[in-house]
Amino acid sequence: MLSRRSFFKFLGWGNFLAAAGLAFGPGLIRFLYPRVLFEPSSVFKAGFPGEYPPGTVSEKFKKNPYGVWIVRKEDGEFYALVAICTHLGCTPRWFASENKFKCPCHGSGFDREGMHFEGPAPRPLERVQITLAEDGQLLIDKSVKFLEERGDWGKPGSTLRI
Amino acid sequence: MNERRNGLKEKITNNQIWQSMFRHGYEKTGRRYTLQVLQNVWLHLHPPRVTRHAINFRFTWCMGGITFLMFLVTAVTGVLLMFYYRPTAEYAFRDIQYLEFDIPFGMLLRNMHRWAAHGMVIAVMLHMFRVFLTGSYKKPREFNWGVGVILLLVTFFLSFTGYLLPWDQLAFWAVTVGTNMARATPVLGHEGPFAPQDIVTQANDVRFALLGGTIVGPSTLLRFYILHCVAVPLLASVLMALHFWRVRKDGGISGPL
Repeated sequence: MLSRRSFFKFLGWGNFLAAAGLAFGPGLIRFLYPRVLFEPSSVFKAGFPGEYPPGTVSEKFKKNPYGVWIVRKEDGEFYALVAICTHLGCTPRWFASENKFKCPCHGSGFDREGMHFEGPAPRPLERVQITLAEDGQLLIDKSVKFLEERGDWGKPGSTLRI
Repeated sequence: MNERRNGLKEKITNNQIWQSMFRHGYEKTGRRYTLQVLQNVWLHLHPPRVTRHAINFRFTWCMGGITFLMFLVTAVTGVLLMFYYRPTAEYAFRDIQYLEFDIPFGMLLRNMHRWAAHGMVIAVMLHMFRVFLTGSYKKPREFNWGVGVILLLVTFFLSFTGYLLPWDQLAFWAVTVGTNMARATPVLGHEGPFAPQDIVTQANDVRFALLGGTIVGPSTLLRFYILHCVAVPLLASVLMALHFWRVRKDGGISGPL
């Protein structure tokens, strides 16, 4: 039978350990995830569609903090590719004369669609959501991703036809 | 002359202040040698009796001791570098240049820190190799081998967190690439296996806790600085104390095969 002494010992230690465990377990973990981040917004406007001639890859929004290529196909369709190599996260470059994206770190190559065809990259470049804003500008949302290997390319938002 | 020296020695040692600090005498006896080792906080790190093979360089390679020496060098030079280094995006790189080109002995200290860190990684791996070759991980030393494996990872993590602090292109991209691995953590990384999509995202996975954001930025610099200068060295010190204590308690340095 549980004695009065061991019952209170259990109660006391249990309380103490539960409080300490909550403070140093979930509390400490939650502490590491701040509510506000001082990072650039994942949504930005990328100018009017007329600024992008058909059949070009625009590096205008490749620079920080945007990091995307805006590609317009010959038929006028838009899509946005993330400028992060899917191998180890370096920034590839667009070579118009060779019609490919080439990563300087380990030589991965991607075609205009973003498909990987050479080097160590294991999957295609990622696409992000591209829509029209109310004022008629292109609206990019980097938090919504479209991955080829998940079959997302072609889903609404992955391309924009005007 | 000898008499005068003995008189001086008597004057220094035969008073309450000296004897309150040093409890043992100085007669040349085995008992005194043992007492001295047992009663002095610095000397007690070394056992009073050492087996013949334990001081044989060809058996131990002295690699554990060299690892600890490298740790001490990085600790001392690191504390000195902290006098000038500010872990913010505005100042970090400028302070490194200041240290490197303006501070007297700054370049020397920074290079000592760097090479001692490299030396520690090399020495700790050779130490592990030696312990493996001599079979010193076997009973009763299994637990200490486990502690040693954690210490190896702690050493790597110390190097990795220190890598970001110069805040130059090399540091930034090395850590960007290095922390991309954390995306693929099983369950806890947003690109890892068994991670539920749309629940584990960039903003709440394990990589976020390491970076303090979704990209390598100023909060990452601060987090890595705290880890590099306070948290991980503290952890390493506690584990090293345990490691050395267990070497003694498990019967000293293992014998030759």
